[in-house]
Amino acid sequence: MSTSLTSLPVLSLVVFLPLVGALALLFIRSSAERALKWTAMLTALLTFAVSLILFFGWRVGEAGYQFVEQRPWVPDVGIGYHLGVDGISLFLVLLTTFLMPLTLLFSWDTVKDRLKAYLVLMLLLETAMLGVFVALDLVLFFVFFEASLIPMYFLVGRWGGPRRVYAALKFFIFTATGSALMLAAILVLGYLHQQQTGRWSFDLLDLYSVVIPTGLAPWLFLAFTLAFAIKVPLFPFHTWLPDAHVEAPTAGSVILAGILLKMGTYGLLRFSATLFPAETYRFTPLLMALAVVGILYGGLVALVQKDVKSLVAYSSVAHLGFVVLGLFSLTAQGVSGAVLQMVNHGLSTGALFLLVGFIYERRHTRLLSEFGGLWKVMPVYAAIFLIVTLSSAGLPGLNGFVGEFTILVGAMQASRFFAVLGTLGIIVAAWYLLWAFRQVFQGPVTNPANQSLKDLHWREVLTVAPIVVLFFVIGLFPGLFLERINPSVEALLSQVNQRALAVQAEPQPQALSLVKLVQRN
Amino acid sequence: MLDYAWLIFVPPLAALLVNAFFGRRLGKPAAGYLGAVAVGLSFLVALGIFFGLLGLPAEERSHTVTLWSWIHIGNFRPDFALLLDPLSSLMALVVTGVGFLIHVYSVEYMKLDDEHHQLDARRYARYFVFLNFFIVAMLILVLANNLVLLYLGWEGVGLASYLLIGFWFHKPSAADAGKKAFLVNRVGDFGMAVAIMLIFAAVGAQAGSLAFTDLYRVIQQSAPLLAGVASTVTLLLLLAATGKSAQIPLWVWLPDAMEGPTPVSALIHAATMVTAGVYMTVRMSPLFELAGNTLTWVAWVGALTALMAATIALTKTDLKRILAYSTISQLGYMFLGVGVGGYVAAMFHLTTHAFFKALLFLAAGSVMHALHGELDINKMGGLRAKLPTTYRTFLIGAAALAGFPLLSGFFSKDAILVATFEHHAYLLYAIGLVTALLTAVYSFKMVFVPFWGQPRDRKLFDHAHESPALMTLPLWVLAALSVVGGLVNLPFVATLEHWLEKLVALGPVGKPEHPALAVELALLAVSALVALGGIWLAYRAYVQQPDLAVRIRERIKPLHTLAANGYYFDWAYNKLVEGLWAFSRFLAGAVDQQSIDAAVNGLARAFGWLGSRTSRLETGLVSLYALSLFVGLVVVLGYFLATAIIGR
Repeated sequence: MSTSLTSLPVLSLVVFLPLVGALALLFIRSSAERALKWTAMLTALLTFAVSLILFFGWRVGEAGYQFVEQRPWVPDVGIGYHLGVDGISLFLVLLTTFLMPLTLLFSWDTVKDRLKAYLVLMLLLETAMLGVFVALDLVLFFVFFEASLIPMYFLVGRWGGPRRVYAALKFFIFTATGSALMLAAILVLGYLHQQQTGRWSFDLLDLYSVVIPTGLAPWLFLAFTLAFAIKVPLFPFHTWLPDAHVEAPTAGSVILAGILLKMGTYGLLRFSATLFPAETYRFTPLLMALAVVGILYGGLVALVQKDVKSLVAYSSVAHLGFVVLGLFSLTAQGVSGAVLQMVNHGLSTGALFLLVGFIYERRHTRLLSEFGGLWKVMPVYAAIFLIVTLSSAGLPGLNGFVGEFTILVGAMQASRFFAVLGTLGIIVAAWYLLWAFRQVFQGPVTNPANQSLKDLHWREVLTVAPIVVLFFVIGLFPGLFLERINPSVEALLSQVNQRALAVQAEPQPQALSLVKLVQRN
Repeated sequence: MLDYAWLIFVPPLAALLVNAFFGRRLGKPAAGYLGAVAVGLSFLVALGIFFGLLGLPAEERSHTVTLWSWIHIGNFRPDFALLLDPLSSLMALVVTGVGFLIHVYSVEYMKLDDEHHQLDARRYARYFVFLNFFIVAMLILVLANNLVLLYLGWEGVGLASYLLIGFWFHKPSAADAGKKAFLVNRVGDFGMAVAIMLIFAAVGAQAGSLAFTDLYRVIQQSAPLLAGVASTVTLLLLLAATGKSAQIPLWVWLPDAMEGPTPVSALIHAATMVTAGVYMTVRMSPLFELAGNTLTWVAWVGALTALMAATIALTKTDLKRILAYSTISQLGYMFLGVGVGGYVAAMFHLTTHAFFKALLFLAAGSVMHALHGELDINKMGGLRAKLPTTYRTFLIGAAALAGFPLLSGFFSKDAILVATFEHHAYLLYAIGLVTALLTAVYSFKMVFVPFWGQPRDRKLFDHAHESPALMTLPLWVLAALSVVGGLVNLPFVATLEHWLEKLVALGPVGKPEHPALAVELALLAVSALVALGGIWLAYRAYVQQPDLAVRIRERIKPLHTLAANGYYFDWAYNKLVEGLWAFSRFLAGAVDQQSIDAAVNGLARAFGWLGSRTSRLETGLVSLYALSLFVGLVVVLGYFLATAIIGR
């Protein structure tokens, strides 16, 4: 089976099917809403189905890239069309293709304004995001990375809330600033490759062999890392996120929190860490510190939010702090946990935004103070909300625990100080989540507007049910995921370690001492 | 046969799923019967595990059943696996046995809601979903073969507790109490999480499964690996235990937990869940012994909690609150037992306490049932005429709690006191004895005030009625167990001790020697005298001279105020929480919005101003800037491509 499958350009299919769907939409009349919706939905479902080939056709136990496609694109400057997935990107691809049909299902009846443009943008966004996770050429990666900004900008700016223009711009400028620096760094890397081998290349695997001058390396590392840190967002670059989430339409929030933010954490691991191993070790204390601040700060600020969406946004800052903490623990548990936690956060937070969307459609408000006692009025909604809340709070048995706990296990080996502070985050997380649940669902029904709210429609249940099922699958049988993630993570870590040690062998006293320092801890 | 031990989870799991999806259609009381029968079946499996182990030679009574591999990353390899040994099988018996009786009681009790109206079928079924879920989580906790799976059960029972305390979620007090319980427990869970991580960081290479048997092996064979972290780890585990088992300093949630339905208080907040901390410290006792000093901490935390909670119990007049503080106090005894190395004594008291405290709570529920939810004992009186069964069974429970000679509580409490005495911890022994006296006093206060004398509220009294058979039957069974429960581990016979021997023998310190017969008899006599003395005091103060209690209270007013206010723990925690709220508001306002975000927007404005001055593109349309930024990027890219191509 695998031979016939691998001869198919599966990755290209997955990445560009949504684009094809978007083009198809252009030929449908704007007034044919059903046709538009079904075309978009079938495209997303087909993309998901094809992406499942990646999971079932996976060669478990292999660390390297699978389903690789490599052909020259602009050969004269060494830009290649190089795609591949490994255990690190596999589940991010699947998360994207999995969430997309669900967000379209949510949008089924809720988006009425300029439906066609909306659907086209959603599908374009999917192609861009998928491209980010599978591109192995830095220029190709950058093109997808930037391309994902544009549809999101319009989704927030056109279909968003009252301050949508401000929020969309802030989102755009913030991230574009980071990526401008990254582009410069990418160009420098390609230039260095040309200098050292006489051949231009932007291929990630080629660039590993580039020797980066000592003085330059930290700057390049910081350029990449800043771009990704903004995207994550890592404290203190997070202020665009609450604005963007509060103003974004529900589907936009789901995609933004569920997938777009993962481009940042994915980039940190795939590019920052592997291209600049010595610098990674060198800046580990700083990054772990920012991660831990994010965990505690995000949690405490989430506690006092009045709007559910900004509460979830700040909780994302905290959750992604965990991911970054795990990544820069540079241990097997920390990094594998972080990769899994990227998926977990996408599912939990995605589900939270969907649930907030359901209630917003009913009440057109998201203020916590507007609610109370909903458990009585909407028992099914309350039950699902509770499970999602618990998943987000990292309750063992559900998905969030597996990622969070292993991240902290990894962090404990790298730095007890940061790990202990990070673990305090689990108290804060329970606090803001249960406080939100308390305000919305418990107590008496005081607001007459809530008295006769309808419980979830079957289509709404269908929108979140697949996610809830996955909570249990990942929480109880994480092996299905970890057996695919682990080999790639271990390979990546040993590569980073070896190359950091190689740098250490060169006369670079500063890097040397820090590598030793980190390893001793 | 032991390999089928996982069957113990199947009935409650199946019942909870059926009730969750179809409970409303099953209706009352079918949903309740389903839940109860399921736990009964689990009890049968627990019996099977017990006899299965009994059939093995003593040294082979430790059997691991691996269900599937759970979280495997590198060395970190905890599994979904069960450890069947005397300790876990005892706990499984208690949990399913007492759990079954309380489920049966609930079938009838939960037909009415908190305001004595008919409870709707949906919520009736939901109650049994939560209760069955509790049984599943508790069984995972006690049967887990490793620390991470134990943690799953640990947080799982915490969730069950949260849901059931807040079962009457429309009541703000109930909802808040549930949240408080969960959050206070999360503080303890933080301790457990960090402890697990530290253990893994120390012995990940040798015992990455974090299985207890692997940890015991490491402790026996290469203890130095753990020596460095043992103190820290055990103190963190103690923190976790003080959360779950409501000890100082994390005891504040348990009194509030009485907001839950009374059978819940009986099952979760008296008989089983709150003993999880004791179970866990006994389970990890080899590590505690390695740490040395921590056991002293455990003993002192236990003793002080026992004493302080007993004094608070004396000041309360709410029947369930008295029982709640009594539970905290009795758990303190168990910790005292663990702290002085009396693991068997602690487990013994855990078992008998499960019987008589479940009994007392259920009997209190029967009183509430009769009095339309009234709990203030000062409004009761003379109830023994109206509620004969409830009275008799409550009397047995109170006597067992007071340590009345030859009842179960007498033997188990004495076992802890003997262990303390033998440990040469005479101050702790004295505290234990004083607490025993206070225990006897408040136990019989709960008998004399509501059940004896004249009715204080005529209307309440006239409407009182005895509970139906489905509720009194569990009372009788538990009463019988409270009487004969001591047989499990009679002094001089020591059955439980033989049963748990292997675990105790594992610790480096070894089993404490048995005291001389004369000493043991003398201590037994002292315990008996103290208990009888306490009962006599209660008789004097609450029957003979009702003003005596008032006069004593006036005499020790400052002390009484201190105890009546729970030693101001809640007050201090409230201050802390208020402080954290204020800090969070400061972060969200002054830091996040007015500093970080303002800096970002300021920077953007500065660039905008610079741009408008230099380029005269004073369109004011920031979107144009965004677009030009992107165009700029594309141009740079294009320029670079072009030069590269031309450069060829």
